Amino acid sequence: MPWAVPAQTLERGNGPEPSTLDAHRCQEVACGNVLRDLYEGLVTEDAHGRLIPGMAQRWSVSADGRRWTFVLRENLRWSNGEPLDAPQIVASFRRAFAPATAAPFGELFDALENAQAVQAGKQPPAALGVSAPDARTVVFRLQRSASLPALLTLPIAFPVYLPAVDRYGAQHTRPGHMVSNGAYTLSAWTPQANLLVARNPRFHDAARVAIAQVRFHVTEDAAAELQRFAAGDLDLTEVVPPQPLNALRSRFGQRLRLSPYLGAFWLGMNLTRPPLRESPQLRQALSLAIDRDKLTRHVTGLGETPAYGIVPPGIAGYTPAATAWSTLSQAQREAKARALYRAAGYSEAQPLVIELRYNTSTPHRRLALAVAAMWRQTLGVQVRLRNEEWKVFVQNRRQRAITQVFRGGWIGDVPDARNFLAAFGSDGPLNWSGYDDAGFRERLARADAAKSEAARNAWLHAAETRLLGADAVIPLYYYTSKHLVSERVRGYEPNALDRHASRWLSLEAAP
Amino acid sequence: MKRWAARLLEAAITLWLLATLCFVLLRAAPGGPFDTEKAAPPEVQAALAAQYRLDRPLPAQYAAWLGDVVRGDLGPSFQYPDYRVTQLIANALPVSMLNGGLALLLALLLGIPLGAWAALRSGRWTDRGLMFAAGLGLAIPKFVAAPLLVLLFAVTLHWLPAGGWGGWSHVVLPVIALALPNIAYCARLTRASLLETLSADYLKAARARGLSESRLLLTHAMKPALLPVVAWLSPALINVVTGSAVVEQVFGIPGMGRYFVQGALNRDYTLVLGVVLVVGALIVAINAMVDALRAAMDPRLGDAQD
Repeated sequence: MPWAVPAQTLERGNGPEPSTLDAHRCQEVACGNVLRDLYEGLVTEDAHGRLIPGMAQRWSVSADGRRWTFVLRENLRWSNGEPLDAPQIVASFRRAFAPATAAPFGELFDALENAQAVQAGKQPPAALGVSAPDARTVVFRLQRSASLPALLTLPIAFPVYLPAVDRYGAQHTRPGHMVSNGAYTLSAWTPQANLLVARNPRFHDAARVAIAQVRFHVTEDAAAELQRFAAGDLDLTEVVPPQPLNALRSRFGQRLRLSPYLGAFWLGMNLTRPPLRESPQLRQALSLAIDRDKLTRHVTGLGETPAYGIVPPGIAGYTPAATAWSTLSQAQREAKARALYRAAGYSEAQPLVIELRYNTSTPHRRLALAVAAMWRQTLGVQVRLRNEEWKVFVQNRRQRAITQVFRGGWIGDVPDARNFLAAFGSDGPLNWSGYDDAGFRERLARADAAKSEAARNAWLHAAETRLLGADAVIPLYYYTSKHLVSERVRGYEPNALDRHASRWLSLEAAP
Repeated sequence: MKRWAARLLEAAITLWLLATLCFVLLRAAPGGPFDTEKAAPPEVQAALAAQYRLDRPLPAQYAAWLGDVVRGDLGPSFQYPDYRVTQLIANALPVSMLNGGLALLLALLLGIPLGAWAALRSGRWTDRGLMFAAGLGLAIPKFVAAPLLVLLFAVTLHWLPAGGWGGWSHVVLPVIALALPNIAYCARLTRASLLETLSADYLKAARARGLSESRLLLTHAMKPALLPVVAWLSPALINVVTGSAVVEQVFGIPGMGRYFVQGALNRDYTLVLGVVLVVGALIVAINAMVDALRAAMDPRLGDAQD
């Protein structure tokens, strides 16, 4: 067991054990946090979440928005000292999209030429729309408009060192095997306990990386993580357990950091089966009857904001849409809800009986109870609450067979409105409600075909308005990110995607 | 020798039946290892299924897995693809053994003397006080005791870390949390057994012959009185090594207990099967060791087993 605790080590709570450190296979926050320290993409983000050059020194886009050219910095090196060039980056992309890699985020790159066909095994990896005309230039060819620089900050776009993959296979991610290109290198990994990363002297900006080592602790239990922070064992927590905000504020003061997070929580409805399929009035009545102010103030209670749309605020250039009735008072909404409920054929004598399904978790149960109480109180709806273990819940929700109303939500992978709307436009596994509207799809397609960012955002806004107008979903609130940050940590800045690479942080020297 | 060979065969059959039953139950459970919030596209799911042999018929999957096990490989983890299950268990088992072993050692070192002390002062306030404390130790669940220990020794006094893994200081609180109910149980067991032994006729006769109380206790009473404690060692050791998921969760310890829980929740078939097999083998081994120890302490038990 490694017992010594070196000085100048940032101790980070990181949630559950990362499922993998294979950048191309990472799909959850826990591995993403570590990989953003170990690797750097062509584009990266600063402490505020703004896109800045990563491996690429600069980039440009063609007039039609379909061809992106990235020019690499000079003298890029892997952590083992070998040069890192454009053909290696292209080869890494081909590995990411090879069917055998089974990269879970491949579908986010559906704009990249042949990406879906390559991942499906219908075309060879060489057909992927990325090439290297010379050692310092990487070119991407897109099939539709997309915010490519933002996508290139995702782990799937990080360059994986292929000789290590060839030699060690799945175990190329182990200390001693892993070769990376980021601000840190992997020093130690004790599964279910912690990961230690150390400053990479070959990183192009190594001189400005302040913290010598970062230890990512597995902190599965939020309450236990809070106690570890209170005991001084952690400098930064991954989450804050659901507790009254006042109590947390009085205990932790300025160390409690809450900020808007690019995520929306909603209730989905099964639109492929009665009674919700054929009755937009009923769907709107259910949505109107929920008092979102009460929900966010008394039930979630950690600074969340009431939501009347699906795309959260905070995406540059995009104006979020809202339901047409969002400007009404709650009393007016409830009156309208009752009228719509009656018009849909329900009454006290003949109430709607409906099932609300959620995955087992205390916050979800509290929220479901509150919603059920509001529906019962305002409309007289009889709600059966059904909680399910996570794997069963996601399977049932996807199958759309026995679900009626269910917990849903989305955390943005990239700051792009399309990321929140795309699932509603397809019949894919992410369209849990089965929303099927040609008008919505057409608006998405027009956004895809748009030549400018402004036009694209305008069409996405139109698509969101259409979705909300059909009452296909019940928005409830927009997320906040919640962390405890020690006073000795400097450089921590809130940002919409809640990404905090250690290279931007520093530790106050011990007195 | 013949007896041990028979026992080994019996153990192998038991483990095979256990693994087979577990295999069937796992596959019957709803939800699969790749059911996630962001479900992968069908092609990716197919590639994953092929990698993990889930595209084969169930009997073929079973045969392939069993073949791997016979070769000493418990297969790849579904949830942690960077690791083989054998590697995960090789990391976790020593941690659980260390914590569980120390906890049990502490339980014996404190529980036996406290139980003996209480027995010798039977009916007095010290006995009643000790047994009340032991009752509390048994009644307070680990998910309450562990956070209380953290609150007192880590958050308030700052004497020890509140969790994590990385130094001897990280071992202290989890071992105490694991040991507390065992100290209590061991003390009660020792007390009850010693009281019964002390009332035996041969000890009354020895006392009448003028043997001192301390000599009586150490040379005649303790050995038979400890037989029930030795018998309890087997389930206690199994419990502290494998049943410590709560303590591991609270303290963030990378032991076996968490793999039980997470493996099941993640439908990590190979991990659950691997843990079940290893724990099953551990139970068989511990039972055999404790039987041998009991036979050494009381030769009549060894004869009976023959």
